[in-house]
Amino acid sequence: MRRLWTLLAALATLSLTNCGYNVIQTNDEQVKSAWSEVLNQYQRRADLVPNLVNSVKGFAQQEKDVLLGVTNARAKVGSIQATPELINDPGAFAKFQAAQGELTSALSKLLVVTENYPQLKSDALFRDLMAQLEGTENRITVARNRYIKAVQDYNVTIRSFPSNLTAMAFGYKEKPNFTVDNEKEISTAPKVDFNPAPAGAK
Amino acid sequence: MNAARAGILALLICWAFAAGAEVAVPPLSGRVVDQTGTLSSGDISSLTQTLKNLEARKGSQLAVLIVPTTEPETIEQYSIRVAEAWKIGRKKIDDGALLVVAKNDRKLRIEVGYGLEGALNDVTARRIIDEVITPRFRNGDFAGGISAGVDRMIRVIDGEPLPAPARAQTSTSSGNFDAFNPFVLFAIFIGGAILRTVLGRLIGSIAAGGMVGALAWFIAGSLAASIIAGLIAFIFTMFGNSLMSSGTGSSYSGSSGSSGGFSGGFSGGGGSFGGGGASGSW
Repeated sequence: MRRLWTLLAALATLSLTNCGYNVIQTNDEQVKSAWSEVLNQYQRRADLVPNLVNSVKGFAQQEKDVLLGVTNARAKVGSIQATPELINDPGAFAKFQAAQGELTSALSKLLVVTENYPQLKSDALFRDLMAQLEGTENRITVARNRYIKAVQDYNVTIRSFPSNLTAMAFGYKEKPNFTVDNEKEISTAPKVDFNPAPAGAK
Repeated sequence: MNAARAGILALLICWAFAAGAEVAVPPLSGRVVDQTGTLSSGDISSLTQTLKNLEARKGSQLAVLIVPTTEPETIEQYSIRVAEAWKIGRKKIDDGALLVVAKNDRKLRIEVGYGLEGALNDVTARRIIDEVITPRFRNGDFAGGISAGVDRMIRVIDGEPLPAPARAQTSTSSGNFDAFNPFVLFAIFIGGAILRTVLGRLIGSIAAGGMVGALAWFIAGSLAASIIAGLIAFIFTMFGNSLMSSGTGSSYSGSSGSSGGFSGGFSGGGGSFGGGGASGSW
């Protein structure tokens, strides 16, 4: 009898490791921490926006539309509850990604506009903010890349045999990954226009 | 025949893609890696000495890399790959920084490890690039620009309170010994069975427990963990009945946990990077 129990205990331990239960745990935790880093960096960008808008406002009062666009996009980002549970809900994930993408495009519009204000571009505060924004955007890229890799590992584990059985038994589902925000824009060739735009440039 | 031809074609295409892939990360041959031959050997040795002094004084690791180009990647993508491969900076403290110069692209970047992001933040890194390095690069003074930039970075790092550098480079490989790892359990099981048949149940169990405990103490360095491991092995051997212990004794070879320290060469300490820093061009 005793022999049987030890045998069973040893088999149970071995089978858990072989069925990928521990691997799923590891991968799941990696996805979670990678996602936290993504949220962290997006939050950093959102915190930068008010300062950036204020410093641009001082020099470029007339660019109201662009500034409003940035402020609205920032507000939308802030209204979405960015919780770690977001990655288990593909719908909420897509909404989060759309909101952040909107802020990205609003910010890039703002940067295009600032090209027209040499005084603004030489302002020390604005330059510092730009350095921070660039650094943050790069951190977001790195964090997103790491999240994509972590999710890839996790999803491969969950879908490959025999760990897919374990995943099914314990209810682990595939996690959503980032997609390209502007698929349509990328698939159309860029148009080069050498005629100077009359509006905007003063 | 056709299938073979198609296979070869596919292989050729794969090779072509492999050849056209991104610039490889150069091996970390020293603190200053110059792939363009821009710096003289005197420049390199004096820079290396400066960086070595910094590591001895503060523990932070700094490295300089000069490549001809990072195409087709941007310098940000390339430098984070280099940083992830080299892992400069101490582990858990992450106090490494990297200065990457892509000479033909006329671009440079300061990549900052997590632990230095407070002192050498994006704004400071940008200022160092714009005010110290690029003016000299524009005049063609690469050695001067790099050494002035590195000096400025060192001065910034010196202002940051960091944990003191380890004096004797003790190999801290703790926690490699996982008593609940099934392979370890299995090894204890087999070894215990052999000991028991040779020495008898009680003495064999005590011997197995003692050996595992001593081994755990060696590897994990913690007395409590080793006592627990020894007790587990003792109970295992005592009450686990002999389970076909006829095999050739699979002797348990404890993983020798001593990682080679810094002997002459330079290697990264395991620091991690998150994309902080700044880029510039001249």
